[in-house]
Amino acid sequence: MSATTTTPPRAPAAKRATDTRRTLEKGPSGWLAVPALAFFMLFAILPLLGVLFLSFTRWDGLGEIKLDGLSSWNTVLADPVTGNALLVTAKIMFFSFIVQAPISLLLGVFTAASQKYRAALAVLYFVPLLLSSAAVAIAFKALLDPNFGLGPGLGLPLLAQDWLGNSDLVLFVVVFVIAWQFVPFHTLIYQGGVRQIPASLYEAAQIDGAGRIQQFFNITLPQLKYTMITSSTLMVVGSLAYFDLVFVLTAGGPGYSTRLLPLHMYLTGFKANDMGAASALGVILVVIGLALALFLQRLGGKNRNASQLEGA
Amino acid sequence: MASTTQLPTTPAALPQPVTTRRRPPKLGRSRPNFLGGLGGWLWLAIIIVPVYYVVITSLKNQAGFFTSNPMLPPAEPTLDNYKLVLENDFAKYFTNSLIVTVGSVVPALFVAFMAAYAIVRGKGKFLSWTNNVFLLGLAIPLHATIIPIYWMITKAHMYDTLLALILPSIAFAIPVSVLILSNFMRDVPNELFESMRLDGCSDWAMMWRLALPMTKPAVITVGIYNALHVWNGFLFPLILTQSPDTRVLPLSLWTFQGEFSVNIPAVLASVVLATLPLLVIYVVARRQLLSGLTAGFSK
Repeated sequence: MSATTTTPPRAPAAKRATDTRRTLEKGPSGWLAVPALAFFMLFAILPLLGVLFLSFTRWDGLGEIKLDGLSSWNTVLADPVTGNALLVTAKIMFFSFIVQAPISLLLGVFTAASQKYRAALAVLYFVPLLLSSAAVAIAFKALLDPNFGLGPGLGLPLLAQDWLGNSDLVLFVVVFVIAWQFVPFHTLIYQGGVRQIPASLYEAAQIDGAGRIQQFFNITLPQLKYTMITSSTLMVVGSLAYFDLVFVLTAGGPGYSTRLLPLHMYLTGFKANDMGAASALGVILVVIGLALALFLQRLGGKNRNASQLEGA
Repeated sequence: MASTTQLPTTPAALPQPVTTRRRPPKLGRSRPNFLGGLGGWLWLAIIIVPVYYVVITSLKNQAGFFTSNPMLPPAEPTLDNYKLVLENDFAKYFTNSLIVTVGSVVPALFVAFMAAYAIVRGKGKFLSWTNNVFLLGLAIPLHATIIPIYWMITKAHMYDTLLALILPSIAFAIPVSVLILSNFMRDVPNELFESMRLDGCSDWAMMWRLALPMTKPAVITVGIYNALHVWNGFLFPLILTQSPDTRVLPLSLWTFQGEFSVNIPAVLASVVLATLPLLVIYVVARRQLLSGLTAGFSK
């Protein structure tokens, strides 16, 4: 790297030295990257093209795959359940973002501080990270039971609702359980971000007489810009992957009230045995995910990657 | 990609970030933050109540579950539920999960490490293109590919085998592993590589004798991160396996729930048992695990 600045050769005597420099600069062979690339191409990029191809076919998952033009797309686009799935996905994305982002940010700041009790609390905060989505869903299913769960346990009739059977409430229950499972991860990201803020900024602010709230808004928040973009990207794109949690918790119900796009895709493909339509839904999922990721990266500006690496 | 921007201006600029990285800012030493503390304890309650409920309920017998207060611990705790779960092939599912996890994480680490080494140390269009492919992989909701993956796996006659779970899991672990490992590998001073090169070392030797020891914490971290994902994975087992012989733990929770739907304490005991191995790792290697989860994102 630093060798590039010293390459201009002057005398023939120095030629041999520059030759070894050259081989140095060439670095390792690209072949080292080939196994990883091959795996990824075979099981991620190729299927990505496959999902586009299959969306133009008819296939029940077992028999022959037959080319079928746009009929799967026509089915999917005419089906009101698709529109509903998009709406449910958008709602869950929106609500889970506005619930998770502020809580994670505040908890990240809270746990990054040096007090001992905060470190002790943080140990417990991160326990949900260990649980599988299936485990979380099963636990909440039991906890939210109107007869044997939290409501009767605390003697609070308000909490003894039929949380998962009421189509007006269930979406918010799903958002809550998602937050319970994923806030710890984002807290961890914010905690890391806060710990990278130079302490000198806070010292200077304290000398200037800035209070805690002023410090939060004038130092912490602006300094966390890139952390916020990273966390938000993962949150928003990640909300397209809340499959297993919702599958076990509600299976998309009651009715279609929590039938997210990925769940709709799974049920169309593997339960209704219409792989063509499910693939069309998969394509929609990819397009939305990519568009969102690109949009959020734009927000952060072009130099984001470079500056993040340098700031590491 | 942005190889021009990361050229250090002076050699001394290289090790500097390491020293400034982990210094917690001393937030308001003046007076305690009561509001913050209150919020902190409140969130603790939100996190702990479900965990507490699962544990106490798993120790109740079925009659106790229906009659006692759901939020109070059982008067006579019993381990019968755990016995029931263990008798229902829990060991087999546990072994399957272990095989799939180790079988995915070790090869994924191996190939990702080589790729990260090539991307950081090497030059050229191919490597920067490769890096971009992996970065793209992070942005795509890979769940969308389950149908073609199911198609490929059935075509290859691997449906309902553990290998069917391992192969895509390796592929899906690669992008994030390469990203994190290459972030750490950039911190290894260039001078060390140069001096080894002058001693006549090949890249293969430098990779294992210099890069690996220097990035060992990162490798462990990435390993734990991937292991957690594979261990808890649900979607691939759901679509690529079918029989009890290939069932992994997360899927077994779901089927337990179907089989013992009335026996909630037993279902919750299976939740505890499936989480226990990770809890042990958390207690033993908390720092590694947590840094594994954030590495590459907030670094």
